[in-house]
Amino acid sequence: MADPYLEGLGAVVHDEIVAARAPWMHEVRKGESLRVVDLEGNQAVDFLIYAADDDAERYSAQDTVAAQANIFLRTGTQLLSNEGRVMMTITDTSVDYHDTLGGACSCESNSLRYGHHTKAQHACVENFLDANLRAGRTKRDIVSNINFFMNVPVEADGSLGIVDGISAPGLTVDLRAEMDVVVLVSNCPQINNPCNGFNPPPVRMIVTA
Amino acid sequence: MNQLKNPMAARDHARAMEGSVAEAMPIVPPVADDLPANVSTDDLIWEETIAPGGYATRRLPRGSRLRLIDLRGDACASIQLFNAEMPMERLNVADTVKVQWNAYLETGRLLLSDMGRAMMSIVSDAAGTHDAICGASNAASNARHYGDGSNSGPYPNARDRLLLGAGKHGLGRRDVHPCVNLFKGARIEEDGAITPQLGPFEEGRAVVLRAEMDLIFVVANCPHVLDPRPWSITPLRATAWRGDVTGENDAIRNATPEGRRAFLNVEDYYRR
Repeated sequence: MADPYLEGLGAVVHDEIVAARAPWMHEVRKGESLRVVDLEGNQAVDFLIYAADDDAERYSAQDTVAAQANIFLRTGTQLLSNEGRVMMTITDTSVDYHDTLGGACSCESNSLRYGHHTKAQHACVENFLDANLRAGRTKRDIVSNINFFMNVPVEADGSLGIVDGISAPGLTVDLRAEMDVVVLVSNCPQINNPCNGFNPPPVRMIVTA
Repeated sequence: MNQLKNPMAARDHARAMEGSVAEAMPIVPPVADDLPANVSTDDLIWEETIAPGGYATRRLPRGSRLRLIDLRGDACASIQLFNAEMPMERLNVADTVKVQWNAYLETGRLLLSDMGRAMMSIVSDAAGTHDAICGASNAASNARHYGDGSNSGPYPNARDRLLLGAGKHGLGRRDVHPCVNLFKGARIEEDGAITPQLGPFEEGRAVVLRAEMDLIFVVANCPHVLDPRPWSITPLRATAWRGDVTGENDAIRNATPEGRRAFLNVEDYYRR
């Protein structure tokens, strides 16, 4: 049976299931595409991008939303660096929009949001740090990220919160690299809010030429 | 310039500048005749007017108050905060809006670090138009809008201003993080659209912040990244004075359970 998640894609360069709660780091060359598959639905995929040639240049949530004058990431959104350059483009997604305001969960912010009893739980910043430290980067290199498949509406009075996902099993987002990039993902382990349906599943990452 | 052909003449020429006054300059030692009634002039630690397109940086001790004034109604204060003794801890704008369940900055809100601690509190705000969403202009955006965005040109961008400010503390490109903009606002519409609030506003709007940790404070004063006008930016005044460390009964400290835990984490950090 044909793999539905490979439909319409080019030659597969890399295809990997990222375990629940785990980090993933991979280089995507200019012109290659990355498909992220939310296999079971309601899984936030925390996502950072570094320029492969100069990793002090990295994804900037603020530059990205300012350039399009909209906080939501949709098909056609150009993901900009802190230098204002296009790193990747969202070429297609079966989800209405994705978040880039909410940042990554951390042990420390969990202690504020839920209480100190959650401090010992695994968190996205732990994943980002774990992977970055092995690649010569440090905590300084962690900035505001993208949360694919995460729903963070902002109401008229500014009220903001992570609410039930607008995702479902098998939904995808496709990105094209506009420069050689290193993609760093945390398959979010959060269990205290609806972003993972309170039960983090695996996700699938497919790089194609 | 024949009279400057020898070092002593050059010295005299340079020394003759003493006492010159510019609109944008630090006052050393600091002088301010408009401190709040309960603040002694002996506690004044910083007085500086920051040029349009300029930047400034200062270490602020825990408990100090920082008053920023939009002198002529068109300033834009883009801010970076670092823990002075461990600058790898810094302002986290995402945690700031997420933990407080609100995207807008106003009186009583906290600026949170990436280590779950309150770095500053907004203790008073006469502006009401602030922005935690859009961040700083960059070299590319200023080049598109003004034809140039370099630090050496007439239209410097906020990010590269913040970079110079951070650099004065030995910090670098990896340390310049998402910022908040004070005095220029950004409202979010139902469809996610960002509506900037750019003014110009009435003169003299003031925001007072309280340092909850020992901080490195960096501020750039460049046009908001979504400002469509020709180069429009006016001077920003910064005044800081010593003050008491936030006590256990402080109203801002105890306003929300999340904020109270951010203060508990600060107090725990300084328990040594």
